[in-house]
Amino acid sequence: MNITWYIVLSSLLFATGVLGILIRRSPMVILLCLELMLNAGNLALVAFSRMVGNGQGQVFAVIVMVIAACEVVVGLGLIVAIFRRKLPLNVDDLRELRG
Amino acid sequence: MEAVLFFIAAIGALGGAIGVIAMRNPFYSVLALIIHLFSLAVLFLLLTSAFVAAAQVVVYAGAVMVLYVFVVAYVGGGGESAWEPIPGQRFLAPLLGIVLFVELSVAVLGSALNALDTHGPHVSTGFGNPAAIGRLLLEKFLLPFEASSILLLLAAVGAIVLASRNKETT
Repeated sequence: MNITWYIVLSSLLFATGVLGILIRRSPMVILLCLELMLNAGNLALVAFSRMVGNGQGQVFAVIVMVIAACEVVVGLGLIVAIFRRKLPLNVDDLRELRG
Repeated sequence: MEAVLFFIAAIGALGGAIGVIAMRNPFYSVLALIIHLFSLAVLFLLLTSAFVAAAQVVVYAGAVMVLYVFVVAYVGGGGESAWEPIPGQRFLAPLLGIVLFVELSVAVLGSALNALDTHGPHVSTGFGNPAAIGRLLLEKFLLPFEASSILLLLAAVGAIVLASRNKETT
């Protein structure tokens, strides 16, 4: 398969993640959609690494995986904190920080 | 053979992604994401990056998803209300998603990268195996490697602080 196929699939997955963030309101599903976008970026990185024939893009993908794990840990900590304070788990109701 | 495997994995990845955003129950969304991650690992293997595929399965599907399942079980599902703060959001958002996909594809395919239509250059058998990645990580990219380890430590401490019971405020 050509590298183009992988890149087009990656942009399709990224657009799906953006769509999920736009239409869902549960913070947990929004975190899952962030994962989708990060993974689409990872696929593009690995595909370009194969295109150039150089392993450095794969190291970049591994580092992105680490960042995604950190983001998940902090995001889920926030969700647990919101749940403990008996606040609604809905991004439309959590609007105190809005100006 | 490679094309068949690619299309199976691509359909799995896309179906998993659509399942994540379409399922009402967050628990099913997490399960759909696991399918998506396994399909992506197959795609990584097709791109001859064995270490990234293994890390994908072990780190994501193994560790991160278990964390998600625990938090979903703790917080509980809960349906979303049909109330929309922005009128027409449900019809505008898919339009914006399609526009973004077309724009990304045009931006990448319209670029002057001639190598996009090839399979990539011929690589040796050691390309992308743990030894090659480890050599790159510990020699050329030592500083980002150490920085990411500090970031992981900070994230773990931050999550403990965030999720612990705070006696003064509650």
